[in-house]
This record gives sequence, structure tokens and C-alpha cells, in this order.
Amino acid sequence: MSLDRDTVARIAGLARIRVDADELDGLAGELNAILNWVEALNAVPTDGVEPMIAVGATRAPFRDDVVTEGDQADAVLKNAPDPVPPFFTVPKVIE
Amino acid sequence: MGQVIEGRDGPWEMVIGLETHAQVVSKAKLFSGASAEFGAAPNSHVGFLDAGMPGMLPVVNGVCVEAAVKTGIALNAAINLVSIFDRKNYFYPDLPLGYQISQFSDPIVGKGHLDIETEAGPKRIGITRLHLEQDAGKSLHDQDPLRTFIDLNRAGVGLMEIVSEPDIRSGEEAAAYVAKLREILEDLGVCDGNMEEGSLRCDVNLSLRRPGGPLGTRTEIKNINSIRFIRQAIACEAARQIEILEEGGKILQETRLFDPDIGETRAMRSKEESHDYRYFPDPDLPPLILDQTYVDQIRATMPEMRGDRRRRLERDNIPAANVEIITSSAKSMNYFTDMSENFEDKILASNIMVNEIMPRVFYRNSNPDIERLRPSEANTIINMISSGNISGRQAKEAFEFMWEEGKSAADVVAERGLAQMSDDGAIKALVDQVVAANPDKVAEYRSGKTKLIGFFVGQVMKASQGKANPQAVNALLMARLDA
Repeated sequence: MSLDRDTVARIAGLARIRVDADELDGLAGELNAILNWVEALNAVPTDGVEPMIAVGATRAPFRDDVVTEGDQADAVLKNAPDPVPPFFTVPKVIE
Repeated sequence: MGQVIEGRDGPWEMVIGLETHAQVVSKAKLFSGASAEFGAAPNSHVGFLDAGMPGMLPVVNGVCVEAAVKTGIALNAAINLVSIFDRKNYFYPDLPLGYQISQFSDPIVGKGHLDIETEAGPKRIGITRLHLEQDAGKSLHDQDPLRTFIDLNRAGVGLMEIVSEPDIRSGEEAAAYVAKLREILEDLGVCDGNMEEGSLRCDVNLSLRRPGGPLGTRTEIKNINSIRFIRQAIACEAARQIEILEEGGKILQETRLFDPDIGETRAMRSKEESHDYRYFPDPDLPPLILDQTYVDQIRATMPEMRGDRRRRLERDNIPAANVEIITSSAKSMNYFTDMSENFEDKILASNIMVNEIMPRVFYRNSNPDIERLRPSEANTIINMISSGNISGRQAKEAFEFMWEEGKSAADVVAERGLAQMSDDGAIKALVDQVVAANPDKVAEYRSGKTKLIGFFVGQVMKASQGKANPQAVNALLMARLDA
């Protein structure tokens, strides 16, 4: 697998990371190196092996259906830029 | 075969699939301990996880898992003992994590079906899957000219997304499907089914084709929140697509919104780069693994569904019209069950339900005022009727006072003097009076014309102004006349 400049630009866009045009080739090279490294796993025969869906045999524990937090708008908003308590605000979203 | 629409140059057939989002009834959210209750002060039901704070870990709410399994069983669906939570990545201000925790490749519930009634008879609609996911927060665009306000109370509330197969062929079938699904969810108690408040909402996928021909391009109409609007939106969108197709145009695969005020669907401004959600398993959540015994236990304790309940009420000889009204919602059905508990005369109870309870407590069916007149209080009144303490007419008055004044059945009956005269002494005096006034009838009775008892009862009741307990009158009269 190999990523080209356009794909790298698109991934950066989806992740909302600003990447200048002159950085794209370098990033493509680095990402490709990672992908190539992981691709070594393709050499391992896995026919008939159950897919491992998680590391370790942990089961998701269940939470009891009880309210344990809330009424903390001040704390939740504390680090938010430009809040109008009790609201967060963002620049106007135009649908 | 579904219905066809006659077009300018031949018939068209609609192909419809529905995605329904049902908010799970739970106290806490799907992955956090914040309250899932509707209508609280902005941002007061927000946990640190819901606000996207770093270092917080999601833990799944057992009640939401149970709701999904229950619903899956009711939809005759396969329950997947292993399912996976994935991250659906996109940026939107009301999604502080930057992703929605959902299920993609391995949902908790797989293929099932649901049977609906259509004009042409019963029809089976396939269910593709049901998965659990988080709701998003709410954006308020009209509070400030330059800013959008964000309320995260809904963020993280548990939703079940139920996806149908594209088996639906008309607006009527879509409406019947949603109505049936809502009925099931309500009966299970897993979703309150309130479409106005958004606890149940629908996305419609619609395409047109020549009957039996290859599938056309579909559009998706998002977030429709009433059954009537579903029908309208489908009619409008089908008409729009036919017009385009008959002009030789192409349908764009896009997301549209239905505006009920003008009866049109319009394209949503395409949100960012089209859907590239880059799903991947959420590393914060181990796979959701269920034991077969857990599923079996839920299966063994499924509540009675509406069809069964209807049949049971009919077996109790309750008139069909009453059955129809009582089973119009899960809440009214449950109210009736509580109210008529330990009570033999279900027909009387059903009449009280239809004439006294439904017009008051269930005046707004989606949001009944059960606290104002509880089933236990109604039960008290019915028992008073059946034991002869009050008459039917007095019961009517009692319900009115209970409703208006918020008093208990016992208080209303005592304060308003609604109780029948059950004091033996007082009734005895009336009996003596009536016997003394009718010596000839007494003689006739004693010579064997025992049917006259009815006449005497009537006279005593009249003398008591309808307040005497008829059973007591009967007994005391017999004792007096047969002496």
C-alpha cells in the first residue's frame, strides 16, 4: 500500500490538521514507511485462526444505570473558549 | 407486489428503507453516569466524558445493552454474543469527542423482521440490524447573531439505530412500519416512542425504479419526527424524483431535509467532504460479550406485547371499541392493567377506563398525566362500585372531583357525601317506613308473590334518594318480610 500526496492532503483535511503543500511529500514518505512496516504481518499465515478482536480477554464491564454526575456546568465550561454560561459557543454554524 | 405510481411514460415503483433512531429509556447515558433525562437546564446533564475531556473512559450502561437485546428479540432477530463499539469520526460542534461511539462492522443485533398490516394483507419487512450508539448534543443557532450555542445534555444519551431492509414500497407501508416499531418499543418499555420530543426519529432512504427493474439512485431524507411527515416526505420526494427522471435527468445521491411547512424536500448543504467516517474499533472499549444465558433470561422475561394483550382483553369479553382505545398506547394499557387488578368485572373496569380515565389522564396520549389520577385511586373507586358503596353516577362525580381537586378517592367520597348509605340502622328505618306504607303489597309478597321484592327495593332506594346500598336494602328487606 502506498499513499500519494492527494491522499495525505485528504487525511489531513479530515483530521483538521493544517499541512502545507511542501510538507506533503515528506509526510507521505513517513506514513508509507509505517504502513510498509505493518504490512510485514501479511507474511504470517492466519488461515483458520480466529480473529483476535481485543488484546487480552477483558470483557466490557457494565455500568449500573444510576446517575453519578451532572450539575457541573461551571466545571464543564471552565476551559471552554468564549462560553456564554450555561452554554458553550462556537462561531456561527451555517447549515 | 407493491403499489406503482403511474408516470408520464409508464409506472414507477418506490424502494424505501428506513433507519430509525430510538432513544433508550435509561436513567444514565450510554457510556457516562450523567442523567439522560429530557428537558433539564442546558449543560447540567453533562459528564466529563460527554464533554470530551481527556483521560475519561467510557463504560457501557447495562440497561442500554438489555434494551437492545430485548428489542432484537422482539424483532425476531439474531442476537450477536460478540459485538464491537467503533468510532465514527467527524467534526461537528455538538460532538465534542470528535467521534460518535457507534457499532459498525459487528452490531449487537443482526437480521430479523417485523410484520406490518397493509391494505393487501400482512407484509413482512426485513430488519437489517440494530446497533447502539451515542446521541449528539444540540446546537442553537438563533440565540446570537455571530455564535452558535451548544448544549451537551443530549450528548452521549443511548440510541438504538434500527435499520430496515429496502422492503418498503409506499408511504403507507413506511407509516405502518414505524407505527408497529413504535408499538413494540413502547410495549418493551425500552423507548417512550415520543416523536415530538425526538425520542424516536426516522431517516428515509428512497429511490425509484421501473417495477422489477434495476435499483435507482437513492436519496436520504433525514430526521423526520412524525408518522404523518414520513408519509408526506415520501410523497414529495417521490414526486420530485419522478419529475427529474422523466425529464431525462439523474438523481444525485444526497441527504435532504423535509420541510413540512412548504411540503418540499431540499438538499442539505453538503457537509464537509462526503461521508468518510473512518470507522475503527474504539480502543477504549473492549468487545461487548454476552452470555447465552443472559440472552435466554431476557427472552424468558419479555413483557406481554400489544397483540397478545389485545387478545387477552377480548377474552375477558371487553367490547372491541374499548379494547381499541385501551391499547392505543403502552401506558394506557399498563394503566388499565394496574387499575383493574384483583377485579373481576373487567367490562365495568373498561367502561370506567374509556369514559373517565382516557379523557382526563390520557387527554394527551403521548404525555399522560398519570400522577394526577393514579391507577390505584381509580381501582379504589371501582371497588367501591362493585361492593355497592357508591353508585355508577356517584363514581362519575368522584372522578371529576379527584381530577379537579387532586384528592384521593377515599377523601373525595367522604367529603362529598358520595358514599352510599350502608348504615343498617338508617336503612332499617326506611325499610320499616316502606313496609308500613304498603300493607297490601306485603300481604301479596307473603302469600308467595316474591317478585315484589323488586318493588320494595325500589321504594326504599327512592326514600334514600338513591344513596342506600342496594345489597344492604335487599338483605334487610328480606329479613323483614320473611320474618
